[in-house]
Amino acid sequence: MSSPTPFVNPLALIGQTFIDFLSTVGRFARFAGDAVQHCFAPPFYLRQTLRQFIDIGYYSLPVVGLTALFTGMVLALQSHTGFARFDAESAIPTVVVLSITRELGPVMAGLMVAGRIGAAIAAEVGTMRVTEQIDALTTLSTNPKKYLIAPRVIAGTLVLPLLVLVADIIGVFGGFMVCVYDLKFNAANYISQSWQYLEHRDVTSGLWKAAMFGFIITMMGCYHGFNSQGGAQGVGKATTNAVVSASILILITNYLMTGLFFAGK
Amino acid sequence: MSAEAKIELTGLAKSFGDKHVLRGVDLTVGKGESVVIIGGSGTGKSVTLKCILGLLRPTSGGVKIDGVDATRLRGDALDAHQAKFGMLFQGSALFDSLPVWQNVAFKLIQAQGVPRKEARERAIETLGSVGLAPDIADLFPAELSGGMQKRVALARAIASRPEIIFFDEPTTGLDPIMSDVINELIVKCVREVGATALSITHDMASARKISDRIAMLYEGKIVWQGKTGDIDHSGNPYVDQFIHGRAEGPIKMQVRRL
Repeated sequence: MSSPTPFVNPLALIGQTFIDFLSTVGRFARFAGDAVQHCFAPPFYLRQTLRQFIDIGYYSLPVVGLTALFTGMVLALQSHTGFARFDAESAIPTVVVLSITRELGPVMAGLMVAGRIGAAIAAEVGTMRVTEQIDALTTLSTNPKKYLIAPRVIAGTLVLPLLVLVADIIGVFGGFMVCVYDLKFNAANYISQSWQYLEHRDVTSGLWKAAMFGFIITMMGCYHGFNSQGGAQGVGKATTNAVVSASILILITNYLMTGLFFAGK
Repeated sequence: MSAEAKIELTGLAKSFGDKHVLRGVDLTVGKGESVVIIGGSGTGKSVTLKCILGLLRPTSGGVKIDGVDATRLRGDALDAHQAKFGMLFQGSALFDSLPVWQNVAFKLIQAQGVPRKEARERAIETLGSVGLAPDIADLFPAELSGGMQKRVALARAIASRPEIIFFDEPTTGLDPIMSDVINELIVKCVREVGATALSITHDMASARKISDRIAMLYEGKIVWQGKTGDIDHSGNPYVDQFIHGRAEGPIKMQVRRL
């Protein structure tokens, strides 16, 4: 659709942009609804799903672990410089454990996985689209959405909470290391203070967020890959769009979910 | 022939926005017949195939397979419709994440629930019928030459013994000798499986070899159709220009003069 005279009539440009935006949202909503439906209706491709579990979960462990470790470490270091100014060092364990479990664990893991997995999914599915492999699936009596998208979305949604649980532990451990070995805290005190103010829902809210982020990442990768067109350049664009849109959506959803979980508290 | 028409296109039209790709295609393919659609690039050959396959929804007109209107199908009925087809794609479209035998046996394993061991045996058997040795079964598509990929793709298309097989530019990108090998395999396989074949190509050597009838598509319409033997004296200026590959004639290529 070409807008004829965008410079003559700026209103037309605004209108066109808005309509394009709405149609994209609509197309995505239909795509997502379709995909979710395929996640719950047989046939299920267990072998594919298992492969995705390993790809998304297991192989993301190093990068997510490393990110969590340094996030926890720097968090402890920074809170120390701040809290030392008014003798509140004893609050550091609580600050670290709450920040990691509620926010930084899920968000950092989500963003790292978005970069790693969102890009990989978009590139793989996009290449399958432009080389007609997706059409080939249809001619082989296999629904491409069921075969390609459902396993990825299921695996992503289920495995991200596990990944974030590991990230939480490593992140808190990072803070512990810095405080005990660098800032000379008492190790036993640090651990007991970490537990003292930690509530169940600090952790569970983070895990719910993680599941949502897993859904967003795999969905964005699949959507952009599935709709990519025009060869190598199209696949590149799909990859970029998948990562950028997943990252932005993660940040927005994170804010909304935080509001939802901790409203009025 | 129309008594046992396998594929029947009536007034098939497809537009993308204000671009009219197909403007009313009428074509009948009889059971067990091999029809080739010829035509230049961008005349709507691939779109015709995709409309029949149900990958694209036609703007208007009908697609009947075995007398059943295929354009309104959804869900399970569409799946059953698509299960009748096999297709050889222009770029082979092999799944590069799967070894050769799993490509060939894909439909057997995923859609028909054949046990993997039996599926593998049938895949190797099918590979044999397109002249490939069993030892390539465990290679990945990227490790094969273009001609071998094409043969694997052909094996994949015929492995489930479909009733209708589509060939999308089967010889594009192959040397003349390999093209002829593929053409002979196509003729042999279609006969063996007893399938109805519909191909699109702009390679005249291939068209003559694999078809019983030829139809020429130009600007979204069939401008000529007839028996393969009649193509050299069709009396149709479009066909004459196309089969002799002349730049001058009624078909105008949209080329900008330098």
